[in-house]
Amino acid sequence: MRVPAGFLIGAALSALFLLMAMVSFIWTPHDVTVLAVAERMKVPGDGYLLGTDHLGRDILSMLMVGARTSIGVALVAAGIGLAVGVPLGLFAAARRGGWVDEIIMRGNDLVFAFPPLVMAILIAAVFGPSALNAMLAIGVFNIPVFARVARAGAISLWTLDFIMAARVAGKGAARISAEHIFPNIGNLLIVQATIQFSVGIVSEAALSYFGLGAQPPVPSWGRMLADSQTMIGLAPHMALIPGLAIVLMVLGLNLMGDGLRDMLDPRMRRTA
Amino acid sequence: MLCYLLSRLISLVLSLAVASLVIFAMLEIIPGDPAAVMLGLNAEPEAVAALRTELGLDLPLAQRYAAWVGGMLQGDFGTSYTYRVPVADLISARLGVSLPLTLYAIFLSTALAIPLGVWAASRHGRPADLAIMGVTQLGIAVPNFWFAMILVLIFAIRLGWFASGGFPGWDAGLFAGLKALTLPALALALLQASILARVMRSSLLETLHRDYIRTARAKGLSRSRAILHHAFRNALIPVMTILGMQVSVLIAGAIVVENVFFLPGLGRLIFQAVTQRDLIVVEAVVMLLVFAVVVVNFLVDLAYAVVDPRLRRRA
Repeated sequence: MRVPAGFLIGAALSALFLLMAMVSFIWTPHDVTVLAVAERMKVPGDGYLLGTDHLGRDILSMLMVGARTSIGVALVAAGIGLAVGVPLGLFAAARRGGWVDEIIMRGNDLVFAFPPLVMAILIAAVFGPSALNAMLAIGVFNIPVFARVARAGAISLWTLDFIMAARVAGKGAARISAEHIFPNIGNLLIVQATIQFSVGIVSEAALSYFGLGAQPPVPSWGRMLADSQTMIGLAPHMALIPGLAIVLMVLGLNLMGDGLRDMLDPRMRRTA
Repeated sequence: MLCYLLSRLISLVLSLAVASLVIFAMLEIIPGDPAAVMLGLNAEPEAVAALRTELGLDLPLAQRYAAWVGGMLQGDFGTSYTYRVPVADLISARLGVSLPLTLYAIFLSTALAIPLGVWAASRHGRPADLAIMGVTQLGIAVPNFWFAMILVLIFAIRLGWFASGGFPGWDAGLFAGLKALTLPALALALLQASILARVMRSSLLETLHRDYIRTARAKGLSRSRAILHHAFRNALIPVMTILGMQVSVLIAGAIVVENVFFLPGLGRLIFQAVTQRDLIVVEAVVMLLVFAVVVVNFLVDLAYAVVDPRLRRRA
């Protein structure tokens, strides 16, 4: 099987940010909790590879620790979507056409009717802003996405002969869903998880930009952008660098997702 | 068709009813008493109690829910706790910014995306196609609030062509208003335009492989005429669906972009209302946004049924 070039570029970009986040646990070029006002708003170069922010913190170190927040929030949010959405989708597919299916799908439509940011604002308003609530808000929006993908994939499998054979062998709907349907929609779920992971990165950045995500002093890419906004004329690098980090990470994940879809689903290759 | 319309209408009303319950319930569990927040820390308990009665906060839950929904159906959204004016007036003033902004963004993204998508498809596999695909891939990855900041940096701070934020009001003239909304609308349109251009391209490419296009070409039609007169209209159907689905994304995006540009729209209103615990405003704005999304999706479904008769029977 030919590996698409886009997939390789995307995987390399994603791996780079994952590595940055990992390394930040044991080492960062500078301490992000130390404020050095004399060193503030330094341009890239000059002792600091990517410059410093308005409080004299090293931007590269902030990016590394911020990657941890972004990846953590997006990962847990995708996990919530998978853990709740997939069983719902499988259950709906097992009862396709019945009232359970109808209720699950209408419930999905309802969640879709709430714009995700509005949902996050509501959750933050109710429970207070924190990284945990950002995960919850993004995760809730992921549930119907995974439920739909799982249901659509499962429904097409239920008509196939090997499922019929399993039913004849006396297996119940729950066992068939777990043992035969779930492994066969794995590809679909992996591709969707990559996409939702990238959506999660952007959403986390948007939420922390508005102060609804991780709270200070924990660095996050979104808040780095919010901090830079009033100083964008004086220190444009403060806005450009975290923004580029978000773009590269999301681009990497999207390229990886597209590549995975092309590799795992031969039908998509023609139109890609 | 009538049967389909009726079933979609019932589902629309049900969705709105459940959504209103969810919104009401969520704001019910918010800690903090709006009356206490309004009067400040040093308020007398009697004054807080009197205000609670005035605002109707001491009535039973079910009664308050019924009053809220009943009021909205008559266009009465209640009175804002902090602004002390009817919520309906607040909303209609803010809609004067948010609605033109959203429409402007839809206009910009469609006007950019459709020609780009058609161009990319007609140059399939050539440099122009690859360049458009690359730029749109990037456009999908750029967060709208960051793009908004970059636009401010370039066009407001460096070039000085636009103001970096704020809105002069429609009284200042149509041109001044549109000018103030141009950067925000561009920031909002980038993502939509990127997605739409890609959908337009792949949809047109698929249509171009159909037999009727080959027939048209065999009759002696030029490639560009075949694209414009035969393939284009059919290829537009998936583009319309995506456009409908994007409405909820655009509404959320408008909330973000309005805050970056300090535009007095619904997005800023909802943020201020949340921080000031002005729950009645939050409830009304969220309900309105959900209403907009549900109604647009209903209209898209209807448009579909008009275009594709097979869908009518499935309901």
